[in-house]
Amino acid sequence: MPTSQPSPADVVIIGLGAAGGVAALPLARAGLTVVGLEAGRRHSPADFAPDELRNNVRGWPHAVQKANREIPTHRPNASSPTLPRLAVHPMMNAVGGTSLHYWAQSWRLNPWDFKVVSETTRRYGASRVPRGSTIEDWPLDYAELEPYYDAVEYEIGVSGKAGNVNGTIDPRGNVFEGPRRREYPMPPLRRTGFTEMMADAARSLGWRPFPGPAAINSQPNQDRSACMYHGYCDRGGCHVSAKNSTAVTTIPRAEATGRLTVVTEATVTRIEVDARGRASGVRYLKDGRELFQPARVVLLASYVYENVRLLLLSTSPAFPRGLSNNRGQVGRHYFAHNLGGGATALFPRDLNTWYGLPAQGTAVDDWADDNFDHSGLDFIGGGNLFLYSDRRPIAAANMNTFGKAPQWGSRWKAFVSENADRWKNAYLQKTTLPYEDNYLDLDPVVKDPLGFPVCRITFDFKENERRVAAFVQEKAVQWLQAAGAIAIERGSVNPTGPTTHAYGGTRMGFDAETNVVDRWGFSHEVPNLGILGASVMGTSGSRNPTLTVQALAWRTADHLVKSWSQRADA
Amino acid sequence: MDDSTKDTGTGVSRREWLKTAGLAGAAAVVPGALQQSVPAGGVVREPLETLTQPEADALEAVAARLIPSDEHGPGAREARAAHYIDRALGGALASSREAYRDGLAAVDRYARSTKGERFADLSPADQDAVLTDMERNVATGFVPSASAFFALLRTHTIHGTFCDPYYGGNRNFVGWDLIGYPGLRLAVAEADQRLDAKPAPSHTSAYDDAMFAPKPPRAGLWLRLIRHAD
Ligand SMILES: Cc1cc2nc3c(=O)[nH]c(=O)nc-3n(C[C@H](O)[C@H](O)[C@H](O)COP(=O)(O)OP(=O)(O)OC[C@H]3O[C@@H](n4cnc5c(N)ncnc54)[C@H](O)[C@@H]3O)c2cc1C
Ligand code: SF4
Repeated sequence: MPTSQPSPADVVIIGLGAAGGVAALPLARAGLTVVGLEAGRRHSPADFAPDELRNNVRGWPHAVQKANREIPTHRPNASSPTLPRLAVHPMMNAVGGTSLHYWAQSWRLNPWDFKVVSETTRRYGASRVPRGSTIEDWPLDYAELEPYYDAVEYEIGVSGKAGNVNGTIDPRGNVFEGPRRREYPMPPLRRTGFTEMMADAARSLGWRPFPGPAAINSQPNQDRSACMYHGYCDRGGCHVSAKNSTAVTTIPRAEATGRLTVVTEATVTRIEVDARGRASGVRYLKDGRELFQPARVVLLASYVYENVRLLLLSTSPAFPRGLSNNRGQVGRHYFAHNLGGGATALFPRDLNTWYGLPAQGTAVDDWADDNFDHSGLDFIGGGNLFLYSDRRPIAAANMNTFGKAPQWGSRWKAFVSENADRWKNAYLQKTTLPYEDNYLDLDPVVKDPLGFPVCRITFDFKENERRVAAFVQEKAVQWLQAAGAIAIERGSVNPTGPTTHAYGGTRMGFDAETNVVDRWGFSHEVPNLGILGASVMGTSGSRNPTLTVQALAWRTADHLVKSWSQRADA
Repeated sequence: MDDSTKDTGTGVSRREWLKTAGLAGAAAVVPGALQQSVPAGGVVREPLETLTQPEADALEAVAARLIPSDEHGPGAREARAAHYIDRALGGALASSREAYRDGLAAVDRYARSTKGERFADLSPADQDAVLTDMERNVATGFVPSASAFFALLRTHTIHGTFCDPYYGGNRNFVGWDLIGYPGLRLAVAEADQRLDAKPAPSHTSAYDDAMFAPKPPRAGLWLRLIRHAD
């Protein structure tokens, strides 16, 4: 049993990453006492050296490596054996979580992503919803989330160009986006020779390119610097705090209220319930001791795999199959974002993309979501196409040789010496749906160093995902050719192990029989347990998840403040 | 992850710090470092940290064929990729030490049995033939396989040639110059991101900047002296 008991909190948040770090702020501002239990440590700009070997190759050896000690196992289906496990999973364990070293592309979902079932049925007929998919409409629509998107964009700081302000379309932005109430708080990141070359190529095809949005300062903002475009953003923390991770935005602001207490190197192992089946607090390990943090409300924000694992590990007489799992929905509706099937191009000229960052790019949404007519097609959904300015020397030297040179020796050296700055990879993010036989559970064999089973992924892409990938890849090839590419290699659909864009497992929905949390993000079965992160999302859209995760986290926290007397345990 | 890399926060293990910075006697270490011998090829070879001399000879020779010194300029030998690997095998790559012991011995065995001499003493053409056999996985005597060890050697030789010079490779920035990387700039101007811009090579290590300079327990000054002695 726990050896020590800190004083009770109103709210305990498990994990202070992109999601938990945002939720803390509205709670603290409302005057609630919040304890944030974070498995990692704090980092400072001095830890963020531009060092490719350390950050990108070795995966932050100086950081807490909890995510690497509990990498999920994977098998494509329930009758296949578990595949060899990945060696690294790049989620960050730190105050600020993965928002410390992520790419910071900061997208809103398209309105269609919230209503895929009803919109597909309306436009093409119910038979077009892929068979075997467990997809449902979200229990809220884009308009309902819009105020929270707006709040987060302004609170953390997002750079971009609006394409639709209250219905007024601006072709300099994304003309396909849902209406937003106002312009972005900052203009887009700098345009470069390469991003404009790709924008011109897209326009030559009749497409509508625009600068991708980023949670990065394009100008000095809130006492912090503008981006320095130094080229070490991918898996690197920001040396000038221009990347708006929660570690430099919402978390310090919440701490400044005096209401948020951050406990670092605190690993939560279990959520406890009382005799009535309500959450009573969490057990955690710190400095070799086991402690219990009592709280009136528990918010779980430890990323998709750990959210599911902690629930399944928290068994009790009231919840013998795991917390909030009496209907067997924890781990269901899991999916890994379809990011494979890319395209890599060789150009006949230097592109000068040694500097910049992955969020400094040109986006095309003409083939995303339901932005084009699918009547004559055999799939639903689509993909966002993105090309960006980013390159580092080890990755450059490891370039694809397009069948034009061997892999070593003088001819390799001559090829790489000429072409290291002449290739680019199109980043393609595509609609992915949940299916009946794709899910997470606990691995029956593999355990983490504490002796707890790791998550097991049972997942494979289905026909709809493969068709979307082939279609979108073709569009990327057209784009690269229009830009002058002289050779193109098509990537295959990516493997489906642990991913940085994982969704589902604690899905949000009206129906308690098919969803873990209600429309506010609180458990159908445990009313004072809230869940934050993409584990509540039922569709992926064609874009990165984090801004949506953060808007939902803010909304869940806002709901908690407004309904405190009903939600909080007495 | 390897705990020995923790305390300096830079990927250099405490053991390496103590060894290089010489807590055992800084004065004794510095002259040694400054008296590195310069062989005919003009390449400075540092004292070995992890590998045995025969292992280092084989590794040097392999790296020099993977990324050769030729009319396109210096290669892995001048970049001191083998030195990078030797040092890293005592720290961040310690888990590969065994693979190098067995693999480099197998390289020499295979070289002897097919070409009559240890790898380092073969002609470049014979060396390339041995490496090609390894790459194609037809070379015998490797566990688990010749191609796996070849891939490991290639990966680490690329790391040692193109990494931050802080790690003991990419000496004099020969790797970055080879591929035209203009180098670290903590702030990049708009003009440097134009299509035709050709920023001048900056030739700095991340750890030259005071902000990221490692702060070892004592003896930091000696370390900087050693690193800048070239
Ligand atoms: C290299 C990279 C680039 C990315 N780029 C983008 C991008 O451009 N745009 C985008 O939208 N998304 C991007 N992502 C994904 C993005 O990082 C995630 O969507 C986001 O961080 C998820 O937020 P989260 O709060 O759920 O998880 P995290 O941010 O990972 O936070 C979870 C926190 O919980 C803590 N924790 C875990 N378990 C426990 C426990 N048992 N006890 C206590 N604490 C615990 C962790 O230490 C961590 O700090 C990227 C990810 C990576 C790795
Ligand atoms: S590219 Fe910009 S935001 Fe990213 S780490 Fe560098 S300075 Fe920070």
